[in-house]
Amino acid sequence: MSQTYRLENGGLINRYKKLSFKFNGKTYYGYEGDTLASALIANGVHLVGRSFKYHRPRGFFGAGVDEPYAMVQLYRNDETEPNVKATEQELFEGLEAKSVNCWPSVNFDIGAINNFLKIFLPAGFYYKTFMWPKSFWYRVYEPFIRKAAGLGVVSTKHDKERYEHKYEYCDLLIAGSGPSGLASAYAAAKNSARVILAEDKPRFGGSLLTSDVNIGNQSGEDWANRIISELKQMPNVVVKNRSQIFGYYDHNMLVMSEKVSDHLPKTKKYHPKQRLWYIRAKEVLISSGSIERPLVFGNNDTPGVMLSSAAKEYLKVYGVLVGKNPLVFTNNDSGYETAIEFKKNGINPIILDSRVNPKSEIIDEAVNLGIKIKFSYVVVAAQGYKKVSSADISKISDDKKKLGTIENIKCDCICVSGFWTPTIHLASQSGNKTKFKEEIDAFVPGTSKQNETTLGAANGVFTLEETLKSSFMAGQDLSKKITNNDNKISLPNVVEKKSSRHDKFWCVPLPEGKNYKRFLDFQNDVSVSDIEIALKEGYRSIEHVKRYTTLGMATDQGKTSNLNGLQLVSDIENKVVPAVGHTTFRPPYTPISIGAIVGREVGKHSKPTRKTPMHSWHENNNAVFVDAGVWLRPRYYKQGKETLFEASKREAKNVRTNVGVCDVTTLGKIDIKGPDAAEFLNRVYTNAWLKLPVGKARYGVMLREDGIVMDDGTTTRISENHYHMTTTTAQAANVLSHLEYYLQLVWPNLNVNVVSTTEQWAGAAIAGPKSRKLLKKLFPNNDVSNEGLPFMGYIESDLFGVKARIFRISFSGELAYEVNVESDNGNFMWEKIIELGQEFEVQPYGTEALSTLRIEMGHVAGSELDGRTISYDTSLEGLISKKKDFIGKRSLNREAFTSSDRQKIVGVVPLDKKTSIPEGSHLVKDAKATLPNKKLGHISASCWSVEYDNPFSLAILKDGKNMIGEKLFVMSPLKNKVIPVEIVSSHYVDPKGERVRS
Amino acid sequence: MLHIKCPHCGMRSQNEFSYGGDASVKRPELNKEITDEEWDNFVYNRKSLRGKHLELWQHLSGCRQWIKVERDTATHEIFNTYKAEEEIS
Ligand SMILES: [Zn+2]
Repeated sequence: MSQTYRLENGGLINRYKKLSFKFNGKTYYGYEGDTLASALIANGVHLVGRSFKYHRPRGFFGAGVDEPYAMVQLYRNDETEPNVKATEQELFEGLEAKSVNCWPSVNFDIGAINNFLKIFLPAGFYYKTFMWPKSFWYRVYEPFIRKAAGLGVVSTKHDKERYEHKYEYCDLLIAGSGPSGLASAYAAAKNSARVILAEDKPRFGGSLLTSDVNIGNQSGEDWANRIISELKQMPNVVVKNRSQIFGYYDHNMLVMSEKVSDHLPKTKKYHPKQRLWYIRAKEVLISSGSIERPLVFGNNDTPGVMLSSAAKEYLKVYGVLVGKNPLVFTNNDSGYETAIEFKKNGINPIILDSRVNPKSEIIDEAVNLGIKIKFSYVVVAAQGYKKVSSADISKISDDKKKLGTIENIKCDCICVSGFWTPTIHLASQSGNKTKFKEEIDAFVPGTSKQNETTLGAANGVFTLEETLKSSFMAGQDLSKKITNNDNKISLPNVVEKKSSRHDKFWCVPLPEGKNYKRFLDFQNDVSVSDIEIALKEGYRSIEHVKRYTTLGMATDQGKTSNLNGLQLVSDIENKVVPAVGHTTFRPPYTPISIGAIVGREVGKHSKPTRKTPMHSWHENNNAVFVDAGVWLRPRYYKQGKETLFEASKREAKNVRTNVGVCDVTTLGKIDIKGPDAAEFLNRVYTNAWLKLPVGKARYGVMLREDGIVMDDGTTTRISENHYHMTTTTAQAANVLSHLEYYLQLVWPNLNVNVVSTTEQWAGAAIAGPKSRKLLKKLFPNNDVSNEGLPFMGYIESDLFGVKARIFRISFSGELAYEVNVESDNGNFMWEKIIELGQEFEVQPYGTEALSTLRIEMGHVAGSELDGRTISYDTSLEGLISKKKDFIGKRSLNREAFTSSDRQKIVGVVPLDKKTSIPEGSHLVKDAKATLPNKKLGHISASCWSVEYDNPFSLAILKDGKNMIGEKLFVMSPLKNKVIPVEIVSSHYVDPKGERVRS
Repeated sequence: MLHIKCPHCGMRSQNEFSYGGDASVKRPELNKEITDEEWDNFVYNRKSLRGKHLELWQHLSGCRQWIKVERDTATHEIFNTYKAEEEIS
């Protein structure tokens, strides 16, 4: 008993390659070229899941991207993926899938009890039913919904697959490879335009694969294959299958998701699973076709009710029968095409046509084939629970309001066709205001907003000849504009059957005494009565009706339900559909995996890693690194089994007693040149810069225009018109942009140039009482005495043949120097310092010791200059010049900035001299005060003072100036700590600053 | 993603640029006596226009020049771009 619904022959599958797969634990067989859906249907499996709200049985409704039901949990190569559409997932050997949204199993689902309690679940059920009584929410409703609802299960494992991003430019981007896509691509390619043709399915050709037409004496399928193979040969054309263009963004940028490996059991080595293409196109041709509309009748969600076009596709592409006793229910000629295909394969369908007495070539053909047709007939309700077993049918009056006697006929599937809805999503996303086309009862694109043209069925053109004609022309004209080539393509002879007009009828009235559910949105279980309730309750705007009822809000985004929902609202409201209007289409057209969106930007690839020239030395010497922006900096150098705390204490202590060396390459460096450089610095910094002599450095603070401190650092006058500015590591890029802003836009008359030299110089800070002795060894030919190179002095020198800059500046508060050499010589410099420093017991120190040293000295850094503090707060007000104007000065007289109890930096020591104070803790007067306890300030930075061997912190404290000596409490609710502390001066060590000048 | 024509480099993707706000704001001259209101208008007060907006962008990952872009804030249409010093009629 395998594949009993597979035809003996036919279809585009590879019958020579049989594949085994598992669904809900049971093994089945299919063929290469199947989708999971076609293979399951071939095996007679029609029950794949449960609906979201009522947990009604769910089968297959479509055959592609529009599928609202058949979502499965997919297992592939030790990974699992939720909500994969069975109609899109190609079969591969060993595929495993399970039903989602059912518990404990698809055949016995406890949630289906909702179906019998449906009185509780009308429109807006989330908003009202579960509101009362309040206590029920946590105990009853919420756990129940969690267990019963939801779709698939997301894997919690790290995704080991690779996803890539690709950026591409082209002349014409064509979305969809049906007749209009192929014709326009062909014409444009012949004009040498750069063309990208994208098809979301594995096979090219769109409707040509399933329709009975003839182009230039070839079948539609053969013609499509010929055009595709010709296009593939052309160097100016990229042809992509399994590629969905899902978003139309600004300035003609579209994004396409290419499923590179999803159809394979395992991703090939060096291949990505999926690839996201960002395509900037000069012209966009939207040939996305159309999706068949359902007809609405009782129990129209029963498995076995499906779109007639899908039934035809299963037949013609996969050689699979969706049923052996089919009923076709249609309001137009498309249903006949499906019935004819059944008949040709030895199956006897019955057609119910809602129209009174339609005439066309297709209907004639059906009649000639002996197909049983009932005009003015409708399906009133499908019968059967897990699969259609019969249908209640009836004659309907000409005004479609009255049903006749109900008859019951046996059938195993109902193929419905309610005419066609153009797929206008991309056009709408581009900004195109769509318009309603009366003849087809659907929206089509209006005037182009960007460079987009919609063709064929997507534009509401449903005849092949007209589609090909307009598409050849569009491809030709648009490419001619770009390439100036003008190759004329003659239209091939087209044979197709003429259709008659569809019936506007789409919703079967309820028979007397029956209360069948008639579904509009099959995934979110929105029925006709839900919309009626919403309107009765006063919802009018279609956007509100949508959100209240959740119509069209499921993962299929209403591809099959939107228009019928609009029809219903307009019918009830007695309006025309365009007056109701449709909801906005937004990208993505179809769900896109998070992996594809993220691409390669995961883990260490999420941002670049910057390493200093001394990085490998640090690595070789047991450095433990820390991220400083995108830089990697040594946090500490581990000796033996030392902890961070022990190592940083040792390193800091060594700086205070001997000499340490720290890699400061990451500091931002900006070269400033030009005759107006001094004037520029004078405007950028708060202090005076005009009189800084050549060979001297100065500490400066720069503000934003709102008066908040932006950054600090030292700037050195290298020569008359040449300065070397340093910034903090974190602010380097912002400061450069800031300087460029003022030079280019505000003061373009200043003759100054700025350029980043951060990566040109490697820097080493040499700090500690023995640093001068070490410097003497490094630069024996220079006078580095206190007189020869005083505090804030600068000299240029030669480090054993290597050009070097020596700055006498200090961040540690000790006698210290900073040596810069060109980056290529960084490692040479570092090794020389270590080598010659041995006799002075030099040790490298990392950022942790660096912090300790600056904190106990009361030097401010990023944690105090946090974008909320002004100069006064950080005790930098002494650097504010009264004599000159500068950036941000006008803001400093703001009331809050000048209040007498303004916050200020202070030092904090725990009373027990033992308990470490967590950074970010709050300072309060009374630890036991009732909440909210008034916050007086916060701990900005903490360390273990190596000078006093006890904890020490810096804090920004309200009225800090007058708080020295006060006893307060530090509270950290995060760490659950309350610590009594004393407020002291922020300058804990060497308050007079004697060491740096020694 | 916008496609912005840098007047120095040509058409470039938005991710090479950073946004700099309203280009019509003029910084008051240094050392000039101005009212609090004038200063607040420079530092804080901005119109949140719907429609044509002249704004600053910096070609950060390119020539690093600040440029002026005339853009519709609702449709994102870019009408014109100018060099910093260019007079706009
Ligand atoms: Zn540029």
